[in-house]
Amino acid sequence: MPSDEERGAAPAREAKTPPQNEASTREGNTAMEQSRELTPPPLPPRPLHNLMNDPSASPASLRLSTRSSRPRLLSQATTALSLADAHPPSRSESIGASDTPSSRPVSRKQSPSRTVGSNDPGDQDDSASLKSYAPTRDPRFDGESIIGDISKYVPSPAWKALSSQVERDDPLEQLDPKTDYYSLQIEHEFDEIPPIDADGSNEEALLELWKTKLKHFFILSASGKPIYSRHGDDQLISNYIGIAQTLISFYQGAGDQLKGFTAGDTRFVMLSKGPLNLVAVSRLGESDVQLRTQLESLYMQILSTLTLPSMEKMFSNRPSTDLRRPLAGTDVLLDGLADGFTRGSPSTLLSALECLRLRKTHRQAINDTLLKVRLPGLLYGLIVAAGRLVSVVRPKKHSLHPGDLHLIFNMLFEAGSVKAGGGENWIPLCLPGFNNTGYLYMYVSFFSTLENSVPGSERPSSSGKDDELAIVLISANREGFFELQKMRNDLVAQLEKNGSMAVIKAAIRKGHASCSDIVPNTALRHFLYKSRGNVQFTMPSFEPYYHGLVARRRLMTLYATLHDSIHSRTAHLKVQHCVAHDAVALAWETPLFELYCVAGPQASREALTEGANRVVRWIRREEERVFIIGGAVF
Amino acid sequence: MAARMQQGSRPGGARFAQFKLVLLGESAVGKSSLVLRFVKDQFDDYRESTIGAAFLTQTIALDDQTTVKFEIWDTAGQERYKSLAPMYYRNANCAVVVYDITQAASLDKAKAWVKELQRQANENIIIALAGNKADLVAEQPDKRAVTTADAEAYAREANLLFFETSAKTAENVKELFTAMAKKLPIEQASQRGMRSAAGRPGGVDLGLRQEPGQQTSGPGGCQC
Ligand SMILES: Nc1nc2c(ncn2[C@@H]2O[C@H](COP(=O)(O)OP(=O)(O)OP(=O)(O)O)[C@@H](O)[C@H]2O)c(=O)[nH]1
Ligand SMILES: [Mg+2]
Repeated sequence: MPSDEERGAAPAREAKTPPQNEASTREGNTAMEQSRELTPPPLPPRPLHNLMNDPSASPASLRLSTRSSRPRLLSQATTALSLADAHPPSRSESIGASDTPSSRPVSRKQSPSRTVGSNDPGDQDDSASLKSYAPTRDPRFDGESIIGDISKYVPSPAWKALSSQVERDDPLEQLDPKTDYYSLQIEHEFDEIPPIDADGSNEEALLELWKTKLKHFFILSASGKPIYSRHGDDQLISNYIGIAQTLISFYQGAGDQLKGFTAGDTRFVMLSKGPLNLVAVSRLGESDVQLRTQLESLYMQILSTLTLPSMEKMFSNRPSTDLRRPLAGTDVLLDGLADGFTRGSPSTLLSALECLRLRKTHRQAINDTLLKVRLPGLLYGLIVAAGRLVSVVRPKKHSLHPGDLHLIFNMLFEAGSVKAGGGENWIPLCLPGFNNTGYLYMYVSFFSTLENSVPGSERPSSSGKDDELAIVLISANREGFFELQKMRNDLVAQLEKNGSMAVIKAAIRKGHASCSDIVPNTALRHFLYKSRGNVQFTMPSFEPYYHGLVARRRLMTLYATLHDSIHSRTAHLKVQHCVAHDAVALAWETPLFELYCVAGPQASREALTEGANRVVRWIRREEERVFIIGGAVF
Repeated sequence: MAARMQQGSRPGGARFAQFKLVLLGESAVGKSSLVLRFVKDQFDDYRESTIGAAFLTQTIALDDQTTVKFEIWDTAGQERYKSLAPMYYRNANCAVVVYDITQAASLDKAKAWVKELQRQANENIIIALAGNKADLVAEQPDKRAVTTADAEAYAREANLLFFETSAKTAENVKELFTAMAKKLPIEQASQRGMRSAAGRPGGVDLGLRQEPGQQTSGPGGCQC
């Protein structure tokens, strides 16, 4: 399978990253390490200035930022909610016609497209165009060599015309003929497949049902034992697991590794992690990188239950170990993650967290309260409102890994058992990003924000997700429950007293601002803005344009495509336009942020660009409200 | 604190005592459901398995003079949490060991818990055996896998309180906890509480003390 070899070669290529890049990655990490101690200074004013003319923004550093922003839940160094960006601040904080004339001597001023990769600014638009349609995983287009070629390339007028066409080309369009099918199908995606009858008479029908699912996840042991499947029970899927196992071991036997393959409209991606093989099967048009990130996250969930050493011990003691037993009851957690990926989760796509928007002084008051009531046994403390972070308290030397937080949020807000319990919880868990060898202990208490909850009162188990406030306190001491319970009681009492609780509840009730509240009279319907330094993102409400599962999934598919186009290995573009039947969209990347904007199909490029610029200006004003910068550090 | 007088909260000869209670038993027998019925008078047909342990409280009046507050640890029945159990039962005043009357193996598991409690827990611990999901056999008698007589005989022999319960219909749930409260040494507990409100006369004590020889595998072991 030649196309598989090509995927198979990917990690090798990753390993071949130029040394200078690796060095700067390490440097970056050290810089992060140090910057944890500091509250990042307020952002400097950013003159309109072309990135390419900024000597600090050398292609190398920009490539680095592209790489490091690739979602890697597992492998990335612990990132903090307080990290200052390791990269030089971008000077290119505005796009559109206004900033081009002085800095870009050549080519289409109406095009905000821009790329890096050429040292000659004169060539940038053409290389951008080329890259924007180059098959992104084609090894021939990989790495630096192509850049050399491009810079020698003298663009002809015809080429320019063609490339401006191509640039508007929408990768999503390939999906469009099937969109209706997907739309219908996704409504039933999460319906459970009933068990096989005793006489096996319904097996055929169930398999058909199983095959209609748009997305599957499987986890199996190296010896081929099924550990997890999102849909269908063991009996139903045993043949398929067998095939997957045969394929994987065939390649492993050949000293190669099967990374992925395509069959029809379905993409299969494999991830091998020690004694486990994880498989994602998707018809939703996600990229390999995105699917692999999802598999990494499932793997982290398994480590979170077992820890790495104990899982390895089980397999080294008995290679045929059935991991279902030690993992019993955690299916709901894996399902929660899997379904989040299928629905499309901005948080996973961006590998970032969302915060509750609060005034700076209010957030400061909450942070101060956290520090005041902190007890010595505390490692991390979080206040989480409806899946969004309100505040964090943490030791100076430890930051929180977004992948770990994602697991915690999934446990609290997707899986029902913790919040349905109606009490306080004491949960041993491993946070693999923090330390994959040992357990921490997590105290969780939920409250409803709907009624006036008295400190200590318990929330009704039936209340919905959006009104939930959780206090999460994490300790390394497994006997720390009562200490953390006391801290929680003190915290709630203080927050009630100083008015912060009312502020938090009001902010939760208010929900997300709509896009038109944020940037009035805009063509934009939705956007995602990720602050790379803070590892956080912000977005407006999905309403009114993206109501319901289907609309939301389509929006997320669009975002995923944009995300992939600016993150794929060979695409060094910094701005990407995309025109679909039902939307026009834009992705814009700088060392400081990633911005993805979507407008209605009628919107002009100019309107889209103007909207994007206004979002960036809004963020600049609101930065300390929409992001937690620093948090409470002790 | 396992038990204490709530000073001044009740006039005259009123008594108030507080006890630590732990629920043990195989996964899916209905421990969380029993607690939720007792504490909130609710029931979910579909409940997810408990992760870790949940802590809840409930106060009941035994008569107009006597109030008992339970501090309840609802533990997770999954195997991997087994090594954490001693932390919850170590100083418990009472325990409810639950099995599912439609699953014979769950009674074996319950017996193992009783044995462990009698060996390792507080020597005065009061243990109740609860055969849960009685509603299922009320509908379909052939679903029953453990006869009342067998379970009763075992309970008598092992000196346990015994009830067949249903978290779904609430049958015998309140009765179970009330019977437990009545067997607890309320008088003693109150007096002890009066003598030394600051004392720590037993009760699940998750603080400080680390028992020797605790396992370090499973979630119980902190290796960080
Ligand atoms: N019909 C019936 N179902 C019950 C009863 N009690 C619990 N269940 C159901 O049995 C399942 C398991 O109940 P849980 O309360 O979660 O069991 P558990 O003992 O807490 O299980 P773990 O938390 O895994 O240890 C749930 O689906 C309940 O709805 C009962 O009295 N009657
Ligand atoms: Mg339970």
